[in-house]
Order: sequence, then C-alpha cells, then structure tokens
Amino acid sequence: MKAALSRPETRWAYVFVLPWVVGLLLFQLGPMIASLVLSFTDYDLISPPRFTGLDNYATMAQDPKVIRAIGNTLFYTVLHVPLSIGLALGLALILNRITGRAAGVFRTIFYLPSMTPHVAVGVLFLFLLNGQVGMVNQFLALFGVQGPQWTSDPDWMLAGIVLMSLWNLGSTTIILFAALRNVPRELSEAAMIDGASTWQRFRSITLPMIGGALFFVVIVNTIASLQMFDQVYTMYFGNTQAQNSSGDAALFYVIYLFQQAFQYLHMGYASALAWVLFLVIAIITVIQVKVGNRLVYYEAEERSR
Amino acid sequence: MTTLQQAPPAAEPAAPVPDDAGRPTRRIFFLIVLAVASAILIYPFVWLVSASLKPRDRTFSDPFLPWPSPFQPENYISVWDAAPMLTWLVNTLIVGVVAALAVTLSSAFVAFGFAYFRFPGRGLLFASVLGTMMLPGAVTLVPTYLIWNSVGLTGTQVPLWAANLFGSAFYIFLLRQFLLGVPRYVFEAARVDGASYLDLFWRIALPLSRPALIIAFVFELKASWFDLMKPLIYLQDPALYTLPRGLKAVVDQFYQGGDPKWEIVLAASVITTLPLIAIFFLGQRYFLQGIATTGQRG
Repeated sequence: MKAALSRPETRWAYVFVLPWVVGLLLFQLGPMIASLVLSFTDYDLISPPRFTGLDNYATMAQDPKVIRAIGNTLFYTVLHVPLSIGLALGLALILNRITGRAAGVFRTIFYLPSMTPHVAVGVLFLFLLNGQVGMVNQFLALFGVQGPQWTSDPDWMLAGIVLMSLWNLGSTTIILFAALRNVPRELSEAAMIDGASTWQRFRSITLPMIGGALFFVVIVNTIASLQMFDQVYTMYFGNTQAQNSSGDAALFYVIYLFQQAFQYLHMGYASALAWVLFLVIAIITVIQVKVGNRLVYYEAEERSR
Repeated sequence: MTTLQQAPPAAEPAAPVPDDAGRPTRRIFFLIVLAVASAILIYPFVWLVSASLKPRDRTFSDPFLPWPSPFQPENYISVWDAAPMLTWLVNTLIVGVVAALAVTLSSAFVAFGFAYFRFPGRGLLFASVLGTMMLPGAVTLVPTYLIWNSVGLTGTQVPLWAANLFGSAFYIFLLRQFLLGVPRYVFEAARVDGASYLDLFWRIALPLSRPALIIAFVFELKASWFDLMKPLIYLQDPALYTLPRGLKAVVDQFYQGGDPKWEIVLAASVITTLPLIAIFFLGQRYFLQGIATTGQRG
C-alpha cells in the first residue's frame, strides 16, 4: 500500500481523478450534507440559520400543499410511466419488424419531439390543449366529442400534462428498439419452428431478453417523473395571474420545493423537502439494484472485467 | 445500474434485422401504423410553425391546414422587437458550448484516470461516480445556490456551467467504458517511447475516444439548451437570459399576462427550438447512438 502510494504512477492517477474528487466534495457530498443540516433549521438568507430540530419535517406532514403536490406528482408518475413505456414498446416492436432505411427514418421522427426544449413544449401544449380553441379539442370535435378544459379545469389539468408527456416517448422507443435488435434472431426462429405463437415468443423470448433495458427505462422514467418541473412550471407558474387561476391542481413536488426556496426564501423548509425527495429516490434506486441484479443479465459487466 | 451494452459505443448493433419482406401485406400494415404515429408526433411541430406565421386572430383557425393562411411572416420581425431574441440566442450558444466543452474534457480526463491506472481507493471512488449518477438535482439545489451566493456569482452566468469543470458522473462512466476498449499495448508502446501520462491522455486517449466525446458534447449542449431551472434561479438581468428563460418571460408577458400577443409567443418558441433541431440533424448519428447504447434519457 505504502509502496503503491509513493509510485509516480499512483501520484499521476490521483492528478487525473482530482477534478472528480473536488467536484464530488464541492457540488455533491458537501451540498448534500449541508442541505441535511439546513433541513433542521429556519433560514431565510438574511438572518443566520436558527436550529429548529425536526420542525420542518413536522410542518411538511401537515402542509396541505405538500400533500397536494405529492398526490399530483404520484398521480402523474403512475399514469405517465406505464403509458409512455407501453406505447414506446409497441412502437419499438413494430420498428423491429420492418427492414432497411424506413426503420431509421421513423426512429429519427420519433426522437424529434425530444429535441424540443421543455419550455417550448409547455408553450406549445398551452396552445394545443386550450379548452375552447385548441387543436386537441378541435380534433375530438370531429368525432362529436366535447373535449374537457385541459388547461383550466382542475379535474383535467393533470390529464392534460400526462397527454403532453406522451409526446416525448422517442428516447424510450430508441432504447427499447436497440435492445430488441440485440435479441438473437435464431431464438425466435427456433421457437417459431417449434410452433410457438407470436404471443408465446414475445412472452418467453423477447421480453426476458430486453428485460434489462425495460427495467432501466422504468426506473429512469420514474425518477424523472418524480422531478417534473420545466413544462408544468412554464404552463402554470411563475406568472402570478396564471398561478392564481391554476390553484394547486398542477402543483408538482419540485415546483413547490422551488417556490419555497427561491420565492419565499424558506431555505430550511426547502432543504427538508429536498431530503424527503432524495430518500424516496434512493429507496427506488436500492430496489432497482436489488431486483435488477436478480432479474437482469448485463452483458457489459461480463465484457468490462 | 446501467445498460451499457457495448463497451465502445461506436457501431450500430450489426445483428441481422428481422425481416418481414416475405409477407408484404403485414409489412404494409406495420408501415401504416408507423406512419400514423409519425404524423401524430410531427403534427404539433407543423401546427407550431404554421400558427407562428399567421395573424393573431387566426392563430387557432383551421388547425388541420398544414400551411399558414393568411400568411404573415412579419411576426418574425415583431418578435425581435418585442424581446431580445438574438441576445438570448447568443447567450444560449455561448453557455451551451462552454458547458459542453468543460464537461467533455474534464470527464475524459477523469475517465482516463479510472481506465488506465490502478491505485488505492479506485474502487471506492468509482463507486462514488456510479452512486451520484441517479442523485436528484433537487437535493443539492439550495446549498449550491448558497455556494454561488457566498462568492457573489449569483446574477451571472457562471453557475450555469462552472460545475461542469469537475466532470459529470454519466460521461465519466461512458468515457471510461470506451477507454477500457482500447488495447493496453497502445498506451504501453507510447510509454516505452517516452510519452508522459499527459501525452497518453492528450495524444492517444482523447483522439481515440472521439465518438464518445462527441456523444458527451452533444448531450450536454442539449441539456444546457433545455435548462430552465438554473437560469430561473441565477439570472435576474434579461440581457443575460438564455433562450428557455427568455421564452418563459415571453410567455409570462404575452400569453399569461394582460397583453395577449400569441404570434410573438409562437415565433419565439420556433426560434428557441429550430437551432436545436438543426444541431440534432447534424449530430443525429451521435444522438441516436448515445441513447441506444447508453440508455441516456433525452
């Protein structure tokens, strides 16, 4: 150990990883510990932090806005994740059945919405989802359906946000499509010769073979959904008039955290909110590692060793 | 933790593609389904561009007519007068390129350290790279703000890119995987010829990992172009805004505010989006490969 440390090669190794170590302490670990400490205080940037114990966490448990924000965020996540992954998987399976250049062209088209900045997506859907004159409701009207007030009826705002989120299924489709292309074709052919139906082949061959990718997109989409901010903030927050009319129907967890920190300067309370979010996401990640290790075969790990 | 399926994300999977050419009716059916899906995904763009070229009182009229009628391209003149779009575009480009260059180079530097050297603590440090990959940004929001506040850099664009100088977990991981694919004798041969470790990094590792570097660069450019939260927190002066922050201000004034000018909002949205779409078409190969091989979400 001591010999290794004094070798010039080792010293150079530390030079190379030094930026990461500094960044880790300065922008990751340091802030995490700081926010844990701040979460036990009352701090408004002006007077020094005042220690208040678990008060912030107690307040959270009774804050109707926190409860509303958690409810909205979970509702969105529970709808968005299965719907978007289901649709993306459907598209990927079809993409995988056609050959040649067409698949590449469609893949590009499916990804285009994901290149639209979130603020622009929010703006676009404010127009498209407009209850009186928006394109979505004009389309529904073609079939004699009277569409809801997606952007102003508190009962429909979250549904509108889910609809908007489904526009961005391009990257999930591409990940699943790439996984499908790695499924050895011989397996499927052998099963077909043995008389397996399409569904049996999907269930027993395709699904297990793309399990890793599927699992990954579920986790990543869930974590991203729990942190939804940009599009919804663009549509319903920031401007007092919009904020008042939308009430809390579109209040997401990170939006509330952002308001507490940077509009009301409740830095301690915002830190408590942040830590609860962190714990929830950490638990999901642990479950991912536990379940993932059991279910999924990772090719990369075999190769990189 | 990750679905990196090929160590060097250089090539498309060369696996034979299932082929339904033998059954033309089924192929046509699939093509129709994909075409309908494409139309649904593309049409909002068509509507956006078309509506941005119409007079205000016609914004919502004829939503299924793909071209603007009546045609009013003057909206694109009004938008430059109503908001400093050009300044915001330049700001976005500068911040984006600086942020992307910083994160690409620093991540490659660190990745080389992890890929080439064996040293005490490597396993633990690399675990810290993996561990922070899923760390939600919201957790560090407040303390990070306090750091920039304490050094007096709030109100400047520095917080938008400076943290990128220390590498980013995801790109470090990507580049390390890539560098592990480089045969070790390539480096050893250069060492025998007297190359320093910095030479190994600069003259061998960097040029060899070009595809992975481009993937990191384009993804970070895109991430920076998308970023709304940091500009909201750190920028007060509209002259320093990036496009997303500027577009948010335009929406607040001309859509939600008491001064409805939808055509301005729509034209500003197009200006915010189009350059990125252009960048996407230039770097398409890298975007699609990056997503496919690493599972990075867009």
